[in-house]
Amino acid sequence: MIQKKSKKGAVTALIACLVLLAAVILLENISLFLPAGSVPNVLKPTSQLFAVLKKGAVYSLAAVSMNLLNGFTGLFSLGQAGFMLLGAYTYAILSVPVADRAAVYYLYGGSAVNFSFQDMFGSLFGAEGLGGAVSLGLGVAISMVLAGCVAAAFAYLIGLPVLRLKSDYLAIATLGFAEIIKAVFQWQALGPVTNGANMIKSFPTFSSFNITRADGTVLLRLSTFFPFLVSTICIAIICLLINSTYGRAFKAIREDETAAEAMGINLAKHKMLSFCTSAFFAGVSGAMFAMFVTNAQAKVYTTTMTYEILLIVVIGGIGSVSGSVMATFLYVACSEWWLRFLDNETFLGGIQVPFLRAGFRMVVFSVVIMIVVLFFRRGLMGSRELPDLLKKRSRKEAAGS
Amino acid sequence: MNSILRVENVTMQFGGVVAVDNLNLEVNEGEIVALIGPNGAGKTTAFNVITGVYQPTNGRVSFLGDTIVENHPQGKLKKLYKGEHTGDYTQVLAPTPDKITKLGMARTFQNIRLWKDQTVFDNVLIAMHCRTHTNFLAASFRLNHVEEQAQRERVAQLLDTVDLYDVKDEPAASLPYGKQRRLEIARALATQPKLLLLDEPAAGMNPQETQELTAFISRVRGDFKLTVFLIEHHMDLVMDISDRIYVLDFGKLIAQGTPEEIQNNNRVIDAYLGVAEDA
Repeated sequence: MIQKKSKKGAVTALIACLVLLAAVILLENISLFLPAGSVPNVLKPTSQLFAVLKKGAVYSLAAVSMNLLNGFTGLFSLGQAGFMLLGAYTYAILSVPVADRAAVYYLYGGSAVNFSFQDMFGSLFGAEGLGGAVSLGLGVAISMVLAGCVAAAFAYLIGLPVLRLKSDYLAIATLGFAEIIKAVFQWQALGPVTNGANMIKSFPTFSSFNITRADGTVLLRLSTFFPFLVSTICIAIICLLINSTYGRAFKAIREDETAAEAMGINLAKHKMLSFCTSAFFAGVSGAMFAMFVTNAQAKVYTTTMTYEILLIVVIGGIGSVSGSVMATFLYVACSEWWLRFLDNETFLGGIQVPFLRAGFRMVVFSVVIMIVVLFFRRGLMGSRELPDLLKKRSRKEAAGS
Repeated sequence: MNSILRVENVTMQFGGVVAVDNLNLEVNEGEIVALIGPNGAGKTTAFNVITGVYQPTNGRVSFLGDTIVENHPQGKLKKLYKGEHTGDYTQVLAPTPDKITKLGMARTFQNIRLWKDQTVFDNVLIAMHCRTHTNFLAASFRLNHVEEQAQRERVAQLLDTVDLYDVKDEPAASLPYGKQRRLEIARALATQPKLLLLDEPAAGMNPQETQELTAFISRVRGDFKLTVFLIEHHMDLVMDISDRIYVLDFGKLIAQGTPEEIQNNNRVIDAYLGVAEDA
């Protein structure tokens, strides 16, 4: 009996990813090709649309990495913001150009880490033109991978004691870890490395990836494309992992730990693998978050951030990667863009519309979330993936015809 | 005949309750051995000690000639311990169930424990995970497709042997009870065991299903060159297929022997039916 796994699905997914990335580049640069007066507001580079797309790309990776742990391995962890913080700081510390370090760390008389990958490659390939682009790309890529590695290394150390705990206890322990990390990074004594409670800035951000002419005007925008590229690659790797033999073992642990152990799956090892992998990608998304907000500051990575991501995972469906991604963009678009009008005092025909004032957006938002949680208990997708839905539909159509 | 499993002086206490009391038994290669006894006699506890779920209060379990579980009363338990202490156990070995499974001992559960949302095919495939040699990264980047392919083909073969190939894409929870039992055995077989431990495989089955299961176990034993150690309440099944039988009552071994010997043993009859008051 031959059990061929069809390659068709993988090829379709690859094409879909490439189409998505191409669409992002097109969308972002369409304003460059239109005559200056006729660009609709929504397509201007300052439009909310691009902020939402960038943040969505960053958060979708954070949500998928959380889903890997909470949804696929069944470990309820709330340390996401802590790992993102580790990634953000690692990236920031390794990427601030040496020339700018004195200005960034002025309170501490300069930085203890006096090198950056971008400068290192810059001295190899030259800092201008193509050489500059290569050294920027390599510098950012290596810093991001290291950001993930640092988060994973911390996850390993935390995991040794913490992964013996189950369900709520694990959640509390990881939540505590995130808070401790946040406090430690604001500690004055670490100032020369972490800049204390002040922000680290001046490192390459998303807009550093725009290709500009010598006079400073933009030739090709890649600032939205970059986070999409990184998130697509990382999420693809997570998907590959989930469908590998180790991913199947994770699902077995989620569904019945006792049976999994009796079938020869080493619980400690597999939980640790899942925890570290999740932390790695959380670290990468943290690095991207720092690029998105153009600074790294410990006080941003609060428990609220973890809850935000958890909410996205729950809305999207625990155990569904595509659900998490869709929910991220919906959530970010609603909170940053579509529901903004609720915060503005509005007058209709001379009468002020009741309730609309600063802060009302969050009220509506909470109600929406309650409705989702009450009536769509398994989230948008449950544990299904997008291809499953399409498959089912085509089967139904075949049966109907 | 070589002994494949040997249990020596195993006592399992939960606080003051002695669930298994100084149990000694031996399973030889190629045999089908049954462990029977009234409800609460400690049969499943004995299984859990053998497979590493519990650490025994005292005693030793050897598998294929090597000691795999060993303990003697320590600390607080020393005071509570009610059995004889032989004193010659110096080493304490307490491997987790997954390590014991890797040594070649696989089990099924009394209350079926399949991975319910996974398909029948995946249930068996996941059980093969413990025999993969690929590391985490190589598996994630699909550098193991030769091994994976071989595993998939073995799963298909295995499902064909247990007559479950036609339902391979169904979720495990949707199968009827008898098929779930068979799937659990198939899943245990996928870990490539030498010794198969079945915890009440016929629980909740009607006579017809029990008969099928009896035939199934004998066939599987032949096909996979297995030794089978089972707990069972259905006497027809036990008497039909076992080579030897051990009887437990209140944690103590009260009889052992061939099915005929057990059927005529007065202590066993008393344990099952109760002692008449005027006797």
